[in-house]
Amino acid sequence: MLEVSNLACSRGDHRLFSGLSFELHPGQIMQVQGENGSGKTSLLRTLCGFLMPDEGDILWNGGDIRELEEEYYADMLYLGHLNAIKDELSGLENLRISAGLSGVELDEKEAIAALRRMGLKGRELLPTKVLSQGQRRRVALARLLVSDAKLWVLDEPLAALDVGAVALIQELIAEHLARQGMVIFTTHQPLLVSGMEMRTLTLTRAGSGAGGRMA
Amino acid sequence: MSGLFMLVIRRDLMLAMRRRADVLTTLIFFVMVVSLFPLGVGPEMDMLRKMAPGVLWVAALLSSMLSLGRLFSADHLDGTLEQMMLAPQSLSMLVLGKMAAHWMVSGLPLVLMAPVLGIQFDMSAEALGILIVGLLLGTPILSMIGGIGAALTLGLRGGGVLLSLLVLPLCIPVLIFGTGAVEAVSTGLSVASHLSLLGALLVLALAFTPWVTAQALRISME
Repeated sequence: MLEVSNLACSRGDHRLFSGLSFELHPGQIMQVQGENGSGKTSLLRTLCGFLMPDEGDILWNGGDIRELEEEYYADMLYLGHLNAIKDELSGLENLRISAGLSGVELDEKEAIAALRRMGLKGRELLPTKVLSQGQRRRVALARLLVSDAKLWVLDEPLAALDVGAVALIQELIAEHLARQGMVIFTTHQPLLVSGMEMRTLTLTRAGSGAGGRMA
Repeated sequence: MSGLFMLVIRRDLMLAMRRRADVLTTLIFFVMVVSLFPLGVGPEMDMLRKMAPGVLWVAALLSSMLSLGRLFSADHLDGTLEQMMLAPQSLSMLVLGKMAAHWMVSGLPLVLMAPVLGIQFDMSAEALGILIVGLLLGTPILSMIGGIGAALTLGLRGGGVLLSLLVLPLCIPVLIFGTGAVEAVSTGLSVASHLSLLGALLVLALAFTPWVTAQALRISME
């Protein structure tokens, strides 16, 4: 379970949000909303431990994520704006390495199966520099298929994806939630997960009153 | 723990093999700089023999600076570094893996090339042997100290120059003991003291630099 209490975050002198509290229980999904520059990405990066919050605590199963460190990282998966794939390596090599970094040993068969499910059949062995933007995003998203992390932190997972791939991601998220997983994400495209209650967290500019509002 | 270490080394070596140009530039720079000295100074054997260790070591120092900028920056730009920091294992271990791979790609070729270049300076076989041992002990230290600088200057504009300014002064002890060992051979003194000091520096670097670099990376990511 992820608990955030009284979180405040700023970039430079600019206060992005303050007094932000929410809880995320197994099987729950939450969308972070807000206009450009309202701090969505900063919130997700704070949840990853990249940014130090000004105030407040982030607890994972009752322990502070800064103290849990590796124990927390074993339970979470972060997918940012950047794909974290190497142009020189093939989709297969990229997927096996990124799975290896997150502590999952992946054999060639499993990796190829994951890439095929992401719609990259026949492209597994090509260097990713020859793939299109959307296909590279699919290589990065293939990590969702092979990860056993409980908490998914997804920053704009749908960017550059076509309709088919969006449907696939919705399916993957639904499967993950059914396994008692947790998802927190941002998007500017509609993402519908059937049969799940979607919670939203709206970040408003700090100047205009409340830092964040749960719905 | 060691699984991640090996994974990072394998990955970085694989990437280096796919971009061979980067590896070759370092090596060719080293060869060029060293070869310029006999041409510029003139063919006086005594003088060349005397300045050989200094020239070789300084050239090794400069060429290892060349590739340091790339140690973390490529991974930083494409987001891989973020994923590395989220690896459920110690970041220091991973950093050590990256340093080891950096040494294999940019330090080891210099060590192998050095005896060939030493012949240009009419170095004796014994001096060449000590030069190789010194470089074997010293070049990993350069990669490790350089790692701290590379992590601190990550994402800065003009970071390359700043990196050299930060790292070069810290490499002076390595330079002193490395050249000192070769000079000791030619004056007939014992080389053991110089080499043991280099070894001590290596152990010290192994113990502290990965941790310091990991902390520097965390600061740079904010």
